[in-house]
Amino acid sequence: MHRFAVFVAFATFCLIVAGALVTSNEAGLAVPDWPLSYGSLTPPWVGNIRYEHGHRVVASAVGMLTICLAVWLRRREPRRWVRRLGYAALGSVVVQGILGGITVLFFLPAPVSVAHACLAQAFFCMTVTLALVTGRRWQQPAVKVADPGAPGLGQLAAWAMGAIYLQLILGAALRHKGFGIAPHLAGAAVAAGLVVWAMYRVIGRHSEEPVLMRSAGALGVLLALQLILGVGSYLAREATRDAPQPMPVMVYITVAHVAAGALTLASGLWLTLESRRRLAPASAGREKKVREQVVAA
Amino acid sequence: MTLRMILGAAGIVALVMMSACGGGTKESAEVEKKADAPAAFTKVDPATAATITGKAAFAGKAPRAARIDMSAEPDCKGLHTAVPSSEEVVVNSNGTLANVFVWVKGGLEGKTFEPASGAATLDQKGCIYRPHVIGVRAGQTISIANSDPTTHNVHPMPKSNREWNQSQPPKGSNLDRNFPRPEVMIPVKCNVHPWMKSYIGVVDHPFFAVTGDQGTFEIKGLPPGDYVVEAWHEKYGAQEQKVTVAASASQAVEFSFKGE
Repeated sequence: MHRFAVFVAFATFCLIVAGALVTSNEAGLAVPDWPLSYGSLTPPWVGNIRYEHGHRVVASAVGMLTICLAVWLRRREPRRWVRRLGYAALGSVVVQGILGGITVLFFLPAPVSVAHACLAQAFFCMTVTLALVTGRRWQQPAVKVADPGAPGLGQLAAWAMGAIYLQLILGAALRHKGFGIAPHLAGAAVAAGLVVWAMYRVIGRHSEEPVLMRSAGALGVLLALQLILGVGSYLAREATRDAPQPMPVMVYITVAHVAAGALTLASGLWLTLESRRRLAPASAGREKKVREQVVAA
Repeated sequence: MTLRMILGAAGIVALVMMSACGGGTKESAEVEKKADAPAAFTKVDPATAATITGKAAFAGKAPRAARIDMSAEPDCKGLHTAVPSSEEVVVNSNGTLANVFVWVKGGLEGKTFEPASGAATLDQKGCIYRPHVIGVRAGQTISIANSDPTTHNVHPMPKSNREWNQSQPPKGSNLDRNFPRPEVMIPVKCNVHPWMKSYIGVVDHPFFAVTGDQGTFEIKGLPPGDYVVEAWHEKYGAQEQKVTVAASASQAVEFSFKGE
């Protein structure tokens, strides 16, 4: 089941890439109807129809995989919250499909298109969480260590993940012309600051925890890559502003920026879940220590 | 049980959405009904009818025409012997600008004119809209052809009229549509081939023209009077001039657009 959950998370990442290709190639309305494409399941494979219909095909596959995963979890998963997360993922993928249909039928209204992009990232987080918590390593009991300092690493990592998610919303709003670039730049500064703070905390106080070091390292590398891709994407867009069509250089860099954004969010989630699992908040640590002292006395 | 509840909720949402989709048709029918309402048409006496002529001059450096890359679409690329260029800015050899929509913006208030008798045409040929800019009357039929061996979708993006998006198969039958409300300008796009762009100017009278390869225009049959004439270009924006035309007279107007 764990391998299947990992596959669903990977397929969801591919779906995000396929969606980014649709937006960057301005292909969102290349297929005017929904749920069928040109009234069939096999529309003419030309021009931007390839991106839009390709996105629909991958989305349908992810929908099917999510149904299978939810059923599998219902039958085999003993933890209730994991089963519920599977149902939530299934509900999200259904809503996501409906939002995709609304964007097509109502000519890409910015709020719906932004909601579609944001729910995609939230759904990806659900599949990543399912992939992580169904693993054998996760199900073995973890020895909790104290998490000195306030805020605790678990809280800090959650803030960083929240800031990355907010930044993805602002990025989606920018792409769908809901906002200008200023909020996205401000969001980048906030998210980068929180990520660096969380990394500093891991390196300074939890360097003996390899999983935390790995997840923080992945987060740091992806953040750096994401900042570079963000600048590249802006420059490519400016350089090709007068082009009669979306140019490949702009499309590839922007899609890479969206994909790296999703991976940055996933690594922020990984660090959050791992730190919550492995670390005892400072107050809890103190209580434990006091209890131990009382027992010893 | 929970799974059934989720799927049931999704079904209800889908039904609500479908009923919401149906609402637009009624609104459109009402607009068309209003447009068809009988009106007393203004008759222009041919003996006193005036004319406004002129040109759209271009000054400064003309931008280099951007090349359209059709390599991802062999059906389109194969229709051209040379790499086609964007028609966003077409500066003629005589220093004038093509694809400028010139129309009488003010001075005809309260007057209604007989509806257009024929249809305007817009073709998709070589995966390019031809012509690039057209003018039509409000309610006039626009007959949209697809002369290409590939699928297109025709997607006008108006603000005052109703937006629509219609696919058109290779060499399929013409799409006959109209815009009931005046609107200058309505961008039209093919989302299958994102370089394909066109503009439609919709006005409620017959006094408009589009500049061609000589950069000139002629608006005939006007009642004598004071008018505001606007010239619109997709890159260089709109500018207007006040023009007074006497009975049976012809008045020349020159618009000047500046490049970088």
